[in-house]
Amino acid sequence: MAKNELKKVMEVKNLFFTYPGAPEPTLKDNNLSIYENKITALIGPSGCGKSTLLRAMNRIHDLYPGFKYEGEINLFSRQSEKMENILELRKENELIGLRQRIGMIFQKPTPFPMSIYDNVAYGLRLQGIKNKGELDGMVEEALKGAAIWKEAKDRLKESAMGMSGGQQQRLCIARSVALKPEILLFDEPTSALDPISTGAIEELISELKKEITIAIVTHNMQQASRLSDYTTFMYLGDIVEFGETEKIFLNPEEKLTEDYITGRFG
Amino acid sequence: MRGRLFRDFSLFSATLAFFLLVGIFAVLFTYAQESLHTFGFDFLYTEIWEPGEDDEGGIFGGYIPILGTLMSTLIAMILATPIAMGIAIFLTEIAHAKIVKPFSIAIELLAAIPSIIYGMWGLFYFAPIVQSLFGGNGVGLLTAGIVLAIMVIPFMAAITRDSMNTTPDVLKESAYAIGATKFEVIKDVVMPYSKGGIIGSIILSLGRALGETMAVAFLIGSVMTLPGKITDPTTSIPVLLANNFAEAQDLEMSSMYYLALILFLVSFIVIALAKFYFLGRKKY
Amino acid sequence: MNRLFLNKVVLLLSTVSALIGIGFLFWILITLTYKGVASIHLSTFTNDLVEGGIRNLIVGQFTMALIATAVAVPLGVLAGIYLREYGGNSKFASATRTLSDVMTSAPSIVIGVFVFALMVDPVGTFNGWAGIVALAIMMLPIIIGTTDNMLALVPQELREAGIALGGSKHKIILQIVLKAAKVGVTTGILLSFARIIGETAPLLFTSANNQFFTMDLNGQFPSLTVSIYNLATYPDAESRELAWAASFILTMIVLLINLAGRYLTRNKH
Repeated sequence: MAKNELKKVMEVKNLFFTYPGAPEPTLKDNNLSIYENKITALIGPSGCGKSTLLRAMNRIHDLYPGFKYEGEINLFSRQSEKMENILELRKENELIGLRQRIGMIFQKPTPFPMSIYDNVAYGLRLQGIKNKGELDGMVEEALKGAAIWKEAKDRLKESAMGMSGGQQQRLCIARSVALKPEILLFDEPTSALDPISTGAIEELISELKKEITIAIVTHNMQQASRLSDYTTFMYLGDIVEFGETEKIFLNPEEKLTEDYITGRFG
Repeated sequence: MRGRLFRDFSLFSATLAFFLLVGIFAVLFTYAQESLHTFGFDFLYTEIWEPGEDDEGGIFGGYIPILGTLMSTLIAMILATPIAMGIAIFLTEIAHAKIVKPFSIAIELLAAIPSIIYGMWGLFYFAPIVQSLFGGNGVGLLTAGIVLAIMVIPFMAAITRDSMNTTPDVLKESAYAIGATKFEVIKDVVMPYSKGGIIGSIILSLGRALGETMAVAFLIGSVMTLPGKITDPTTSIPVLLANNFAEAQDLEMSSMYYLALILFLVSFIVIALAKFYFLGRKKY
Repeated sequence: MNRLFLNKVVLLLSTVSALIGIGFLFWILITLTYKGVASIHLSTFTNDLVEGGIRNLIVGQFTMALIATAVAVPLGVLAGIYLREYGGNSKFASATRTLSDVMTSAPSIVIGVFVFALMVDPVGTFNGWAGIVALAIMMLPIIIGTTDNMLALVPQELREAGIALGGSKHKIILQIVLKAAKVGVTTGILLSFARIIGETAPLLFTSANNQFFTMDLNGQFPSLTVSIYNLATYPDAESRELAWAASFILTMIVLLINLAGRYLTRNKH
């Protein structure tokens, strides 16, 4: 696909983010674009701000009062066909709407204490879908989309807590996918999993990008290089380099990026 | 050699602790023998409490104080549970981080105030309010139940808060991340996750309310009559013991021990259920 | 929109509950302070109950609580040490742990009944010793529980390091493990002291009360809490005033000890 056909779905512009009580911002003047149906990886050493940036993208920081955002995070709206700044959202229902459009998968699997079926149906029910037949169809579709239907279909009524870690993580992906989000944010989704489960999740993520735009924070550079189309290298709250993954890994412009990629620090 | 001695002393102390509860049961059971033999299980639903002529014999039944204990506890639990849940939710999910700490300390201090203070405060400040709102003469089941609730609320709120706090943040975040409101996160994630702890805290508070003496002694009216309505005075097992135990004789005394045994047994079951089944051996 | 409305309602209700809870604390503390301070005179502290003061009551209450502490602390700490350091998961240790844990929540009036049967009934008179034993019984399980839990928090490496240096087990427990758990155990002792100093029910028919100053533990012994119970129900204004003064002082003592305990562990939570 040629470059000019790329469509920006999200654009981070001059973003600063400060945690409650922190003397200075954790994110400093971040600029980044996320393109439709591409996977964008955020890499960098621990504490560089990659998770902080990811968590700004769906405003999950807002749960803990006292933070400060400056700058813009613009999200493409399919309705108005324009970029709209999500940092301007104030009302709770607007934030809820935002989170339904931008899903998030966490480091550890987070199945809710309910059945497998109810886990996936939960977000749908919140949106007001009550019809059993409709729910059944959507749950099945989501579970298939997250490649867990085969393992789950005979135990839909069982507690999700009984599944293995890798299965739980795919269930959580199904739960997000069910809402048909425009973007899915993954915050080190495989760091708590064994290599086989990790492989399954990676395969799933590659599959998902046909429908959904993806941003992923990872510690694992092989994962970033295998999986992503674009890579952002962050260091101490700055975006050091952003570009196509191939270029970042093979021919980085910055010395710092090269040092990190080649394992000289991390 | 000294090590041996130290170990033996420790073992002795632990043995003492072991036999304490067993010993209380044994003593209560022994002293209740006369009443147990005379009245058997009829004691539980006999309404009469009448010493015989010249303190000989007499008929003693525990129905009124047992009912009074259960009713005042029930009223207290109905009132305390929603408010304690509200406080716990406020502390874990709503309050700003800066408020949580001083507020928690305030709640814990409220739980530390001796129960006699609640009783006396209730008698002079709360009974008149209940009287003007609901009639009656101010003291009775309702007043006792309400003040008991006020006493139990901070205790229940503190344990419930601790249970709710065990819900991992990331679990809550993932519910927010699919568009849940705060209430939905509480209802569908926090509550189910900490269900055991919450039920445990309610039951443990129930155990506390059942055995509470001083707060109730000022407020229940301390009369051996069945309450016709909720504002009527009556008595409870701890209150009857507090006021009349030391003066009782023979069979009446034995019946008091019987009541103490019932109270101890029920408390034991309730507390053990709360602590070991629901709270999973956590300390409170 | 419905969901958001429901959300607002529930959050509002929770906040209101919290305000109710805190409201009661202030209501109680304010009336106590207002009534108490107005009723306190110098003579309140210098006179005994018979002359309209509480001197003997404070001395009596503290005497019983302190002796009870002196009895319960060594026994409780030793029992806690046994459970954690020697008993391990043996049947006896877990049974004792269970029973002791249940005892921490046992109704205090029943403990009074128990001690009456053992120490008042046989001698035919209320006595200070009985009050002390009742309070010690209340305190013992709390101390055992705290010690047990605090010792459990001491890292196993510390014990291993002690043994590796050639220390004997009891020396390691006393000199290293207990020292490491000192703050927690002390806090537990303070909090349980705060609890027994405010107890009334276990004293009602063990030590009962005494209007006069006495240090004779073989007879009825003066008690602040039992006096509050009696005074508050007398019809005359003076008795009630004294009851308020006594309640105010009692509450301040209990809350201060509690805050001190909290201050000790301020960095731990």
